[in-house]
Order: sequence, then structure tokens, then C-alpha cells
Amino acid sequence: MEFLQELWLFLKVRKKFWMLPIMAVLLLVGSLLFAVKGSAMGVFIYTLF
Amino acid sequence: MIILGISAFYHDSAAALIKDGEIIAAAQEERFTRVKHDSGFPTEAIRFCLKQANVTLADLDNIVFFEKPFLKFERILETYLSTAPKGFQSFKTAMPVWLHEKLFQKRILTDRLCALENIESKKSIRSKLLFSDHHLSHAASAFYPSPFEEAVVLCMDGVGEWASSSLWIGKGASLEIEKEILFPNSLGLLYSAFTSYLGFKVNSGEYKMMGLAPYGRPMYEDLILKHLIDVKDDGSFRLDMSYFNYMSGLTMTNEKFHDLFKTEPRTPEDEIAEFHMDVAASIQSVIEKILLKILQSLAREQRGIKNLCLAGGVALNCVANGKILKSGLFENIWIQPAAGDSGGAVGAALAAFYLHHKNQRDVFFDQDSMKGGHLGPSFDQNDVKVRLSALGAKFHVSNDVAEIAAKALADQKIVGWFQGAMEYGPRALGARSILADPRSASMQKTLNLKVKFRESFRPFAPAVLFEHMSEWFDLEKSSPYMLLTAAVKPSKRTGGEDTGTGFERLRNARSQIPAATHVDYSARVQSVHMQTNPKFHALLSAFYKLTECPVLLNTSFNVRGEPIVCTPEDAFKCFMGCDIDMLVVENCVLYKSEQDLTHVNDHRARFGND
Repeated sequence: MEFLQELWLFLKVRKKFWMLPIMAVLLLVGSLLFAVKGSAMGVFIYTLF
Repeated sequence: MIILGISAFYHDSAAALIKDGEIIAAAQEERFTRVKHDSGFPTEAIRFCLKQANVTLADLDNIVFFEKPFLKFERILETYLSTAPKGFQSFKTAMPVWLHEKLFQKRILTDRLCALENIESKKSIRSKLLFSDHHLSHAASAFYPSPFEEAVVLCMDGVGEWASSSLWIGKGASLEIEKEILFPNSLGLLYSAFTSYLGFKVNSGEYKMMGLAPYGRPMYEDLILKHLIDVKDDGSFRLDMSYFNYMSGLTMTNEKFHDLFKTEPRTPEDEIAEFHMDVAASIQSVIEKILLKILQSLAREQRGIKNLCLAGGVALNCVANGKILKSGLFENIWIQPAAGDSGGAVGAALAAFYLHHKNQRDVFFDQDSMKGGHLGPSFDQNDVKVRLSALGAKFHVSNDVAEIAAKALADQKIVGWFQGAMEYGPRALGARSILADPRSASMQKTLNLKVKFRESFRPFAPAVLFEHMSEWFDLEKSSPYMLLTAAVKPSKRTGGEDTGTGFERLRNARSQIPAATHVDYSARVQSVHMQTNPKFHALLSAFYKLTECPVLLNTSFNVRGEPIVCTPEDAFKCFMGCDIDMLVVENCVLYKSEQDLTHVNDHRARFGND
């Protein structure tokens, strides 16, 4: 949570809100890949990308 | 007020601790882990700093990281977007590391620090964390320890968050930015691009290219200035990125760059040809000219400020530094000895002390506050004896080690010299040094091939008694950190005109100290002072008494690819793994001929190429 607060503050100060959707997608995909690493779901994720 | 500074996660991780503004301890992690340019979290360096100051993490007021990870990520993301889809390969390599680790540096730092002392309350550590700015850390490391009340501070490196060059004005305790040049325009990266083109490793081979330059002629200088870099009258510059690949690829240069020089990049296995020497000479000359142009413009603009401080990787270019000093644009120059990223640790801590906490600054005009660079671990005589005995080393104890070592050096022996606190920064300054007689014409080759196991063209530096420095070198100001190059005085030169070209020029013994004189009569001088380096000063004095030569050849105590030795054990292993004849550790004297042969090891094989 603290990370998200600091990230938001950073984007606000730097006025770089355009980074938000890119970072959200990257973090989401990153955590998804991390979460399914080694599981049966991995097969489907790899075909998506 | 106690502050810990940390630089880590790129290259040359380090830690530094300051107490009420005084630098108590500083060390690079590579010295402890024995991994050259170690980029990991500096656990051992932090442990050492805390021990040296006799404090725990709970006693610290702040822990300061040397750069801002979010800002760096912003630059990386914007760079990829601006070059997409070209940089996908590089993007794919970099992103997982950022998304899993680097973006969450606050958490990683907290976890690692807590693990260091088994601290359960992460909040207590997290609340102490501060993040400096990469170039602010460099600027602070250059200005605050300097002996100047006010100075112009110039920082130049590859890149930090966004800045690759920055100009600051330091006055008392204040340090304010004046202007900066942003990535991808970077003198450091331009130099590194040529380093890579000539087949040397980026971030470590830059010294080799600098050493190679005097063998060549700067015949590509105009080509570089015409095509690769546009330099304005004030010294500001812009690179033509169509010749470089570092924004989107995994290499520094591209085909267009290679076509410009009509030659493919050299691989590390290839012979070094005259072309490579000429390219090295050309880029060195370009860098010097740009730096002088920048400083001419600064000297004009910064009315009345006579002092210049330098930091950032480019400040390790001692040839350029020598020319800056000689230009007389600034009366005094002070260069942070740990000018690269390792110095960011001390800079980050000092920036927090003076700028965040707004403390007063006391300036000691006669001396800087880096303590001669001797900020690392030291070992007392009893400890050394115990450690050497445990290794099975045979040694004699003497109170006259300076005289014994001086006699051996005069008899053409190579001596490992281990005294006092280890140096902070890339240079060995007489605490962890390999020493030899510079008067010997064959010593440069012997040291390069049999002791250091490195390329035969690489020069060695002279360490000279400060009192005699200006008799031997064209240098009036002190150079305690070996960061200035100066010419050997004509009265000490012996060689005639060069008959050969390239490396053939090495055969010409060109001065009374040929082993420490480069082919262009230059030398990377270290002035040795009684006040900051008493034991090394005593050795040089003893050598002077015997030989009337106040100069010794001084190179770092390591072999190729190895970090400089830290402990007596490291020194003994290195001693037994190469052709060093004598080792002096504090008051213990070890002769190679007396050691048990079972200790002989293939030391070189333990370390990769640098």
C-alpha cells in the first residue's frame, strides 16, 4: 500500500500520469506471470503473449 | 547525528558512515565479497561501517540510498517508448528485474537492513530511509569533503536518473544545481561506446582505453566531432543517436558507427592494432577538448569562484584532469577519489546531513576530509600475527619495515605493501599496494605479465614524496589520490626520439623512472604526504635515502580481475599466487623464498578477465 501511495505521489509531482496505465499493465502482467509460474495456468498465459 | 549512505544495484556497491559530518568509514562491497564491481546489496560494507563507528542500525538517524529508483524507471520507460518497437529485446531483459526488484527498492532495502541485525520492526528502519538523487550524491561527494568554502562542482558520468552531466554551485553548506545535460546525451556513455568498440568491457575497460591513447594519433578526432557529437560554444553537446545502440539495444554502437570507421568492433581476443590506438587517442582528445570548452565557459560565467570540484565516472579520467589543471581555468581543483558510483554512498550521506538536516559546515582549508582515502578496514599487529599464523605463513616481525622494504625494492624486488586502513575508491594509495623500483627498464613488463597478468601496454603510476614532486613532475599542486596526470620533468628524461610505432615505443627507456613513464612522457602522479600517509611516506623516504630517487612504482594489490585485497588473508593468497617477492603486512615481513610451497596457488584462475 505504501508503495502505491509513493508511486501516486511520484506521478503527481512529476506530472507523468500517462505512466499509470502502462505501469498498471506491466505490474499486473508481471505479478500474473509470477503467480502462475510453474502452475498449470502457465501454459495459457504463455499462449497469450 | 549518524547517517549511513548506500550505493548499490548497478555496479560498485558501497557503504559509508558519517558522524556529525565527519566521514568515519567507507568501503566497497567488492573488497569483502571478492567479486569485482559487485553490484549486490552491500551487507559486508555496511557491517564494517557500523562496527567501525561502534553503532547499530538503531543508532542511525538516517539511511540514505544514492539515487531515486522511480525516476530512473521513468527514464527507462520513456526511452523504451521513444524507440519502440526497436528495443523490445532490451525491454524484455530489463523489465522483469525492475518489476520484481528495482521498483520496490524501499522494501528491498528495508528487508536487507532488518536481516542484517535481525530487526523485527520494519517500520523503525523504513522511517529512516531517504533517497538522494544520483548526481546530487556525486556533487555532494565532491564538494562537502573538499577544502573549499565555495566551488563550482561538475559531475559527469554515464547516466544517473536522467542527468549525465550536471553543474552545481557549492557555498558553505549549500549546494545548488545550475544546469544539467540529460540522457541520452552523455560524455560518459560516448567514452564507454568507444571502450566497447575497442573490445574492452564497459564500466571497467575505460582505464585501458585511456592507457592505450598515448600510443596512437588522434586522426579520427575530426570525424568524431563532425558525425558523432555536436559541441556548442559553451561546451554543451548533443550526440547523433543514429550511430549508437544503447538506447534500444544490448550493445553500445551500431552498424552505422562501424561503417563510419570502416572497421568492425574489436573482440577481446583480437590483437590491438594501430587503428585501435588511433581511435583511443582520438576519443581521448575529443573528451579533453569538450571538458576544457565546458570549463572555459564556466570560468567565464561563474565570476569570482576559483575552485573546481569534480565527481562522476568521467572525473576518473586523470589525463583530462591533468589538462584541466594545466589550463589554469580554476586556481584549485579537488576530485573525489571515489568519483564513480561507489562514491555515491558518501555523497548521499553528506547530502542528507547538510541539505536535509541543514547542518553547518566547517571547512578545513589545509586538508580535505577524506582522510587520505583511508576509510576502510584495518588490522592491528596482533590480529595480523594471529591471521598469518593461522594460514601457515612464515614471517619475521620488525619495527623497521620501511627500511627492510626499501632495501628490497632497491634490490629490484617486488613488494606487497599492506598498512593501515584500506583505501576507498578504485586506486591503491599505499595501504594495499604492490610496489617496485621505477628506475628499472624491465619492471613495467615484468609487473604486467608476471604479477598483474594483464596487457603489457598498460602503464604504472609513480608515487612520489610530495616534498620532491615538482623536481620530477610538471605538477605544482598535490595529487594525493592519483587522479592527475603530469609530464615527467625534461631534466629527468633520458630517451631520444621514438624509433618504432605502437607498442614498439615501450622499448624506449625514456626517463630515469622508465617503469612509471608512459610513452608520451606522462605519469599518473600520486603525491605522498606525511600527514595522511605516514607509513608510505616513511618507506619512500627510506628508498630515497638509499637511491636518491623519491619515487616508487605503485599499483593496486591485486591481479587482473580481482578486487584490491582487503584482509591479510587476501594479501597472502595474492602474494603466493603471483611473482611478488616480499610481503609486508603491518610489522610482519614475509619472504617468498621462505614460504611453504604448498601455499602456491593459481590465483589468477580464480578471477575472470576485467
